[in-house]
Amino acid sequence: MDGAAHFTLETEGVGDANGGATLALSGPLLVSTIGSIEPHLTAIAEPIAVIDLSGVEEIDTVGAWVTCRLAGQHSAQIIGANRRAQRLLGAVEGTHSDADMLPPRVPVWKRVPAGVGEQVYAAKSGIFGVVGFFGQILIGFGSLIRHPSQFPMRALVRQMELVGVAALPIIGLMSFLIGIVIAQQGAVQLSQFGAETLTVNLVGRITLRELGVLMTAIMVAGRSGSAFAAQIGTMKLTEEVDAMRTIGISPIEKLVIPRILACTFMMVLLGFYASVVGIIGGAVIGQVSLGIPFFTFLERIQEVVPLHDLWVGLVKAPIFGLIVALAGCYHGMQVQGNSEEVGKRTTMAVVSAIFAVIVLDAFFAVFFTEIGWG
Amino acid sequence: MSEANEHPIVIEGLVNKFGDFAVHDGLNLTVNRGEIIGVVGGSGTGKSVLMRSIIGLQYPDAGRIEVLGKAITDIDPDENIGVRCRWGVLFQGGALFSTLTVGENVEVPLKQFYPEISDTLRKEIARYKVLLSGLPEEAIAKYPSELSGGMKKRAGLARALALDPELLFLDEPTAGLDPIGAAKFDRQTRELKETLGLTVFLITHDLDSLYEICDRVAVLADKQVIAVGTIPELMEIGHPWIDEYFGGPRGRGALSAHNRGEQAQTGQA
Repeated sequence: MDGAAHFTLETEGVGDANGGATLALSGPLLVSTIGSIEPHLTAIAEPIAVIDLSGVEEIDTVGAWVTCRLAGQHSAQIIGANRRAQRLLGAVEGTHSDADMLPPRVPVWKRVPAGVGEQVYAAKSGIFGVVGFFGQILIGFGSLIRHPSQFPMRALVRQMELVGVAALPIIGLMSFLIGIVIAQQGAVQLSQFGAETLTVNLVGRITLRELGVLMTAIMVAGRSGSAFAAQIGTMKLTEEVDAMRTIGISPIEKLVIPRILACTFMMVLLGFYASVVGIIGGAVIGQVSLGIPFFTFLERIQEVVPLHDLWVGLVKAPIFGLIVALAGCYHGMQVQGNSEEVGKRTTMAVVSAIFAVIVLDAFFAVFFTEIGWG
Repeated sequence: MSEANEHPIVIEGLVNKFGDFAVHDGLNLTVNRGEIIGVVGGSGTGKSVLMRSIIGLQYPDAGRIEVLGKAITDIDPDENIGVRCRWGVLFQGGALFSTLTVGENVEVPLKQFYPEISDTLRKEIARYKVLLSGLPEEAIAKYPSELSGGMKKRAGLARALALDPELLFLDEPTAGLDPIGAAKFDRQTRELKETLGLTVFLITHDLDSLYEICDRVAVLADKQVIAVGTIPELMEIGHPWIDEYFGGPRGRGALSAHNRGEQAQTGQA
């Protein structure tokens, strides 16, 4: 044999009383061989009275299923089945089903309005959720103030290390490069007015007021906000959070508050650090391509940058840190169901944190200028 | 080849190490065709690691494993060697693809290995496999997240059986099922084995499963298979762990339940 399944159709019997052809199947009738003959079998138009399996060497449930279905369609009789074939035919009989592979799809004109409605409700419950979450955190703070011995000091220190110390290299590198870019590009533009010396003002003010803190917030949202959401989300999935609650430990106090405090506090330090490194980057460019000596550049910074620029940056930093940590922890605590949700919530945490940070930054820019810190 | 026909799984001198810690050290096991072999052992004796080694997911440090006549130890986990379409694996949690429905999950191996099968036939095969595994018709279009633990296992079994395999690996199939569900699953495994002529490699802690459906039991201890045989044969060896396992209160309970079941059967006959 060539290892393939075959069939022959004897049409002699057509016209008899019980009328119909005899279909003889032969060769191995297996899942691996059935694919080549099944379309031909389905296409047989003549009525079949008898299906002869005596030439079949091997059969599995797929072979039995095809035979059984064919017999059902033509109300044919199956003969020549050996013991194994009989068992398999018996097993697959009565397992016919027309059920769909996919759940029924809602038509598009229903699905889109329903989707919009769900989004609106989700936005509403999201706002309520965040406010409620903030309230829970305040209550957590309250109970920690009343019971200072419960304060999760170790967790706080650990989170400060992860959010702050571990981020120093990447934030330093990023800020240094941004300082270089601003100084170099600024010098090119300002030289058209013969005002290269104003590069110092440009670098000093923009890093301290805006870019140092804003870029750090974006970096912390990507590094730590996502980590908060993924960690807490996974702990929700593995029922660790539920286990804490049953032991009487508040997950808000032990998981959320250390992260929020660490992120808020470290953002101030990281934001300042980023501004300083940015200025150093600018000073390096000043030395290399503008002919301003390194230390002269730093001395000029003291003269041209008003002190309130530093305060503008330092006021924004803890607020941005709070937003990033709040978004990360909130979305982490919202995880339920499956692992797909963790990924979804992590994305949402980062996106909403960066979005809120930039919106607030625009608000602050106008606000501080209006109060005379321009 | 006749050797491979007689013994679908042959393991010789298997060594698996994690760091300095050896899980298996010179493990030997031969599985006969057409039997249900139960694998037991305390927690951490490497039952799952053994299964992963046999199906080529864990690369052993030494030793030789032949599955259906092919040496699995020489190949890459993703290399096609023509045995992957001849076995089915049910992982502990079912390991269903979460973005596909139950029906689509069963279709995956069929699509992968036999793309020439027409869409209609493939869908029909998937449907009857799901029904054969004991799930209701409504489950076909459901996503894994909508199923209970027991239903996930049945759906996983349907996928494992999609290609009519010769070898079936079950990793703790009855763990986490209620006793009625577990007994049903046992009965079904036995029926499938008899109908389809399967060889079943069953990792279990369920003493009832061991008594009810296993032809032989392999005991994993001291980094090796210390004994293989029927439960009475194992009891005769007199190894302290085996005696404690089958002679403990749970073991005795399962034995008496098994005996009562047999008496009831003979009484009916």
